[in-house]
Amino acid sequence: MSHESTRFDRVPATEAERDDEDPEQVTREEILDFWEDRYGVPRPVFDDYTFWERGAGKIWIFRGDAPSPVDVEGLGMTFLRTRQEHWKPTTEAVQRFGGHADKCTVHLDADQAATFVAGEDQELADWEGDWGYLIVSHDLVGESEPMGVGLYLYGELRSQVPKGRQRAL
Amino acid sequence: MEVLDRYESIVDDFAAFTAACERPLPSAVRVNTIKTTVERARAALDAEDITYDPVDWYPGLLKFPDDQPGTNWPYFHGWIYGQEEVSAVPAEVLDPEPGERVWDACAAPGSKTSQLAALMDDDGVVVATDSNLGRLSALRSNAERLGVTNVAVTHEDARNHSLKPFDNAEYDRALVDVPCSCEGTIRKNPDALDDWEYDHVKGISGVQKGVLRRAVQATKEGGTVVYSTCTFAPEENEAVLDYVLEEEACRLVDFEIPLDSVPGVTEWPGGEDGTGGGDQSGDGTADDDGPREFDPSVEKAKRIYPHLNDTGGFFCAKLEVEG
Repeated sequence: MSHESTRFDRVPATEAERDDEDPEQVTREEILDFWEDRYGVPRPVFDDYTFWERGAGKIWIFRGDAPSPVDVEGLGMTFLRTRQEHWKPTTEAVQRFGGHADKCTVHLDADQAATFVAGEDQELADWEGDWGYLIVSHDLVGESEPMGVGLYLYGELRSQVPKGRQRAL
Repeated sequence: MEVLDRYESIVDDFAAFTAACERPLPSAVRVNTIKTTVERARAALDAEDITYDPVDWYPGLLKFPDDQPGTNWPYFHGWIYGQEEVSAVPAEVLDPEPGERVWDACAAPGSKTSQLAALMDDDGVVVATDSNLGRLSALRSNAERLGVTNVAVTHEDARNHSLKPFDNAEYDRALVDVPCSCEGTIRKNPDALDDWEYDHVKGISGVQKGVLRRAVQATKEGGTVVYSTCTFAPEENEAVLDYVLEEEACRLVDFEIPLDSVPGVTEWPGGEDGTGGGDQSGDGTADDDGPREFDPSVEKAKRIYPHLNDTGGFFCAKLEVEG
């Protein structure tokens, strides 16, 4: 942790407010578009939150606001990896906000869910939706509950559950 | 267990006290209401045939009478967090409300930080401070598994806590759950007293005074500071309160808790064996570690002994900031 930057910059609302020297800077508008367009998460879900960038492309979500930039070890929760071709939500973001999604979500049965949480890849024969990062859910006490992110490519679902969160269930 | 003999003069029914300290404590979890409800967490444990006993005064606390359960789905989803019953007391006493600014002065590994966030419905700010980067890393990953979004983490010595990153905003409330000699965790960690040293107790007391003092300074007038330890030593409890009452504008206030407790002690013989340090230096006055009388208001603090509620040992005090 100590080698990481401790500087958090609030993500600008729109392109017009972007830092002139950083044309790649991610905006709040782009983040809201991403969650709505790809996963169908309504924009008002994030009304009470601010987005922060730490290092290049790592977006954090914070309930409330703070002066920007702010020098701390953590501000809210890691949320989204940007500044790469395909943006990638974190496991934590999906567990907390993925329940609002209705697109690019794949629902697994009990055996498949255990395979996913163990961090293993698996064949997914019947998926006909988009490729790329999907929100992966399963049934827990009668309701659908998001577990994390899977990368779907060529008929296979690759678990993106971080090593430290993987479990043999 | 001989270490605990030094408390014979302040603990009623000392035999029951030592007998309780020798009994192992079952593990327990707190349901994380940021991610689920108590009902759903209990249903998920039922579905995996995990037996639990709800704690009557805190619906989201569940004790496991059998062995600690292995890996399970509610844990993976961040619905439950391992936390002992008495450890849930200080955040309840602080009683933060949604939208407030709260400081958790010695926060890692995050049990009470995440409990504070949940009590605030994850709304407002909890500034979570710790001086140890490794423990802060554990706090970060615990808070993330529990889906907490209102926590700002700072790495610093709490005695020198800076308000600068947040434009000098003072706190509505502060939790000062300090590092201590951990005597009260003996039922959970049978080796908790193996490295007990009187010099350590006296040394850590100085750190505790510094942290509590900084918390009073950083909290608004009329705000609340809760001081807690998981130890019995008056040097780390009443003596710390006595010091801050003298040095800062604050007072101890009465409070209720749903567990049996006894008042803080106003007199303590002192010394390594609890029978008084006396005047070994021979200068006509008691040595620093000799008998002490504390401010009478320290009686408002609460001592939770293991035999009173069949829990770990704990100490908790509530202060109001006056200046």
